[in-house]
Amino acid sequence: MPKIIVDGSVVDDSWNVIREDAPNSLAEVRESNTLVPLDCWNALQSESDKMPANIGVWIASTELPDQIEGDLQSIPVIAVDFPAFADGRGFSIGRLLRQRHEYLGQLRAIGNPIRDQLSYLVRCGFNAFQLAEHYDPEQALASLKDFSDAYQTAVDQTVPLFKRRG
Amino acid sequence: MYRYDSIDQKIVDDRVAQFRDQTQRYLAGEIAEEEFLPLRLQNGLYVQRLAPMLRVCIPYGMLSSQQIRMLAHVARKYDKGYGHITTRQNIQYNWPALENVPDILADLATVEMHAVQTSGNCIRNFTADPFAGVAADEVMDPRPYCEVMRQWATFHPEFAFLPRKFKMAVCGSETDRAAILVHDIGMMLTTNDAGEIGFEVFVGGGMGRTPVIGSLISPFVAEKDILTYLEAILRVYNLAGNRLNKYKARIKILVRAMGPEAFAAKVDEEWQHLKGSESTVTPEEIDRMKSFFPTPDYRTLDAIGTDVDQQLAQQREEHQAFDRWITRNTREHRQPGYISVILSLKPIGVPPGDVTAEQLDAIADLADKYSLGEARTTKEQNIVLADVAKDQLFDLWQACKPLGFASPTIGTLNDMICCPGGDFCSLANAKSIPVAEAIQRKFDDLDYLYDLGDISLNISGCMNACGHHHVGNIGVLGVDKKGEEWYQIQLGGDQGKQASLAKVLGPSFSREQVPDIIEKLLNNFVEVRIEGESFLETYRRVGHDGFKAAAYA
Repeated sequence: MPKIIVDGSVVDDSWNVIREDAPNSLAEVRESNTLVPLDCWNALQSESDKMPANIGVWIASTELPDQIEGDLQSIPVIAVDFPAFADGRGFSIGRLLRQRHEYLGQLRAIGNPIRDQLSYLVRCGFNAFQLAEHYDPEQALASLKDFSDAYQTAVDQTVPLFKRRG
Repeated sequence: MYRYDSIDQKIVDDRVAQFRDQTQRYLAGEIAEEEFLPLRLQNGLYVQRLAPMLRVCIPYGMLSSQQIRMLAHVARKYDKGYGHITTRQNIQYNWPALENVPDILADLATVEMHAVQTSGNCIRNFTADPFAGVAADEVMDPRPYCEVMRQWATFHPEFAFLPRKFKMAVCGSETDRAAILVHDIGMMLTTNDAGEIGFEVFVGGGMGRTPVIGSLISPFVAEKDILTYLEAILRVYNLAGNRLNKYKARIKILVRAMGPEAFAAKVDEEWQHLKGSESTVTPEEIDRMKSFFPTPDYRTLDAIGTDVDQQLAQQREEHQAFDRWITRNTREHRQPGYISVILSLKPIGVPPGDVTAEQLDAIADLADKYSLGEARTTKEQNIVLADVAKDQLFDLWQACKPLGFASPTIGTLNDMICCPGGDFCSLANAKSIPVAEAIQRKFDDLDYLYDLGDISLNISGCMNACGHHHVGNIGVLGVDKKGEEWYQIQLGGDQGKQASLAKVLGPSFSREQVPDIIEKLLNNFVEVRIEGESFLETYRRVGHDGFKAAAYA
């Protein structure tokens, strides 16, 4: 099973990201944990009042959290795609999900984020990271804490440094 | 100036350790080239034509003498003994070895310096008036606000991978010496009817391939709201800016595509979510920042001598060269008995803005002896000693002469802005330094330069416009035509509150032709000007066509 970083540890990744051939109905969703694209999610969730716990959604860097239909809080995993690591829209999307939509579930960076973005991704609210393949997730853990403090507010620190200086 | 506390120091030290680790992993082949690219760029490291180039940040141009000595040390130990002052008030070194860069950054960190976000698609150095805090026409000192914003922008986790680079400038004086209208965001300090301090905010200015004058999107953002407002602008840009075509990725393209009103509305909509949040700047923080930029303990006019102006007048009468230097290379100071001095980095034969390790050490000594231990860099690529007592001026002038700082040409044709160009930069289409030198040599007669008066001549080696050619009264742009270096000449640019973009004269010229064409343009100016008119005033009065006809005659 592939590995992923969740909450500062390397764990087996039980979620499968569906990028092509998305299911057309809930019946088509297999038993495994599945992250479906936004359009698919919106279609599926209209089928049922209560979505199965094995379905989450991933959104593209061109999509926004308010396009996700249904009850956000009941979604076990929301993933944000980084089609290229330098596509920085996901950082804003992460903050919007956590700070504007107050999403509390797992927020996962997928696609091609790189190890050296981890500390910024954490600050923007992500707690799960599927790094580009050539990174060893165990070694990458070291980059989660590149900085001991930060000047500005973000998801992890809601009080700016200027209010915390001694 | 701003001084680090233990937290600031720790954050910068963390960065040095981070980049040291990244560099080691890159050299060990653990980071791919394209992944290392933004990491090194955000630490100021380019790969140039001949060697890497390291751009060190000088926040809004402020330097202590201790920091200047460190810049000399870096030049000496890691480079070929010199550095280059950039058009955004930073300094860059052209010859460091990649593997030494972590050590350079560690050395810089010992004097509260770094190379953070001096390149890459992120928020760059904030620039401001090099006469901030001392200018006679200053309304408010921009530096405390620049520091508030600098800290907010430093390692901002959301905006480290923007569609493109992002530059901001702040002005607090009657005359805009920070070129705020050609920045991604330009801010003008102002007060509202209630007497509260805030900013006029202009967005979407810029030079480069598509030069644009910034649009006013808010006439007043209160000082307490500035960080949340900036965050709203950056978020709108980060989410909506063009990421498919790097030539259409700057915020100016987005603002133009949406229209400034629609862009302003979108920012305002985003801002409503952020306004009043924890990032609202407290009066205590603004006071704390202001406390780093106090009015210095100036000597009183009695101590300097109430007859200092008469003494100066006498010295000027006795020494024509001193008189010329004062006329061109000093600026009025708000404090009686004081004056600001510009050290020229444009002696003929030296690439504009280049400064040797020995000169840097000398600047540090001059700063300590004559200007309260501080100096500033200017976007015109010179050095300012802001706080010189007038009774010291003659001594300072004499000290400057052997050091090569006394060229009495500030603001003249020979004080040109010039990028490193094709001699160093891998982006350049053409060389720029030899063009600057050829022009300086042709127009080396001081009386002629003075007769021409204030003229800005800005030279860029490519359309990225590091030499600010779009806002030069005369702009020179290096272009590539079938593998050969040619030069386009533009006229009528200006950078102040009445900023205008220069207009292309016509077909481009060979490098050899450029000085002669400029001579023709100057001859035309001398012929048609009205007594007392500057080059730009004449150009604006008589229009483009007469100059064009003269150039191609």
